[in-house]
Amino acid sequence: MIQIDNIRFYYPNSKVILNNVSLHFTTGNIYGLFGKNGEGKSTLMKIMTGLLFPKAGYCRILNENTFKRSVKCLQDVFIVPEEFELPGVKISTYERVNSTFYPEFSKDQFYKLIKEFKLSIDQKISTLSFGQKKKVLIAFGIATNTRLLLMDEPTNGLDIPSKSQFRKIMASSVDQGKCIVISTHQVRDLHSLINHVVILDNSNVTFDQPLSTISEYLWFGKPNQDDRASIIYSETSYGGKAVLMRKDHDETEVDLELLFNAVISQPDQINAILKNMYHDERV
Amino acid sequence: MDFDNSKPIYLQIVDFFYENILAKRWHEEERIPSVREVAVMVEVNPNTAIRAFNYLQEQNVIYNKRGIGYFVSENGFNKVLDIKKIEFMEVILPDVFKKMRLLNVQFDEVKNSFDQYVNNIDHEKK
Repeated sequence: MIQIDNIRFYYPNSKVILNNVSLHFTTGNIYGLFGKNGEGKSTLMKIMTGLLFPKAGYCRILNENTFKRSVKCLQDVFIVPEEFELPGVKISTYERVNSTFYPEFSKDQFYKLIKEFKLSIDQKISTLSFGQKKKVLIAFGIATNTRLLLMDEPTNGLDIPSKSQFRKIMASSVDQGKCIVISTHQVRDLHSLINHVVILDNSNVTFDQPLSTISEYLWFGKPNQDDRASIIYSETSYGGKAVLMRKDHDETEVDLELLFNAVISQPDQINAILKNMYHDERV
Repeated sequence: MDFDNSKPIYLQIVDFFYENILAKRWHEEERIPSVREVAVMVEVNPNTAIRAFNYLQEQNVIYNKRGIGYFVSENGFNKVLDIKKIEFMEVILPDVFKKMRLLNVQFDEVKNSFDQYVNNIDHEKK
C-alpha cells in the first residue's frame, strides 16, 4: 500500500530527524507509530501525505510518489493532524465543500459518525471546543474511506466517554482494503486496536513488528526468581514488570508501554531475539 | 470491555463467549454476533476478534455456516462446561491449594465454608 525507501529529512538549519528510514505499510492493519517527542513521527506522516518533501529517498503510495501530489494519490489519503485549523462554517457546509475531493466519501457514514460523537450537522465549527473539532475531523477522515488513513494523536482532547466511542468506531471501520496508521503517546487508549508496532528512535526505525510475533516470542509480566536469566528489560520499581524471552511461558498480552521502554533501552537485543527465533523455526 | 493485562486479549474475548454460552444468553444452534460486531462490542482490532473466533472453532464450541455466520455448536454448552471445569481443576485449584498451605488453612475449614455456602444458596432458592 505505502512504501517508504531510505528517506532522509531535516528542517532548515537543524539536525537530521529521519535518516535512511524505510517502512512498508500494508492494508488490513492498524499500525501504531511510536517514538519520543521530536523523533519525527509527525514529520514522517507529513512526508507520507506529500505535505513535506524528503531530502533523499522515496515515499510511494500505490507506486506514485507522494511528493508529486497527484490527484490519484491524494484522493486516497487522509490525515487527521494533531494541530489543525477548520473554517468557521457549519459542519454540513464543511462536508459539502470538502467531500467532493474524495470519490469514496460516504455522506451517510459521516452523518452517522457525527451523531455518534454527540454533535449535530447544523453546528458551526467555530463554536466548537478543540475536542469537538477533532471529532468532526476524525468523522470526516473515516467517512472519506481513503485506503490510507493517518491519525496523529487522535485521542488528544477527547473526553473519557469519547475515547471508548473512538475505539468502537475504529474497530468498525477497519477492513481488509484499508491501512490505518496512528501515532500516539496515549498507548492505553489504543492498545487494543493496534496490531503492528513501529518505533522511531535516533532518527531511524528501531522496531517494526506485528503484535502477533511480539507476543509469540516475548513475555510481559512480573518475573519469578527462576526467570532472572531470561530478563531482557525490567522496571526498577518494586514489583516492577519485565520483558522476558517467552520460551515455554503462557502467552501474555503485549504491554506496549513496557515494550516501548525495552526497545528504547535494548533495541539490538530485542530485535536479535525476534530475528533469531525466525531462523530457528526455518532451519 | 475491561482488559486484564496478563492474558492475551483474544483469550479474554474467548472467555466472554464462554460466559455468554454458560449463562445461556447464547444458545446452541443459534447465530452469534459477527466478527465485526464482536470487535466493535469489545473495542478491539477485528484481526484480534478473528483470532478468538478461530480458537473457538478449533475447540468445536462454535462453527461457521458459509455466508451466514457463526453458530454455537450442537453441544456447545457441555463443551464449554468441560473446558471451564478443566481450567478450574488445573489452574484455579492449584492456586487455592498454594494459598491454603501458605496460610495453614485445613481442608475441613474449607469444607465447612463450602457446605455453609451451599446451604445459604439452597435457602435463598426456597
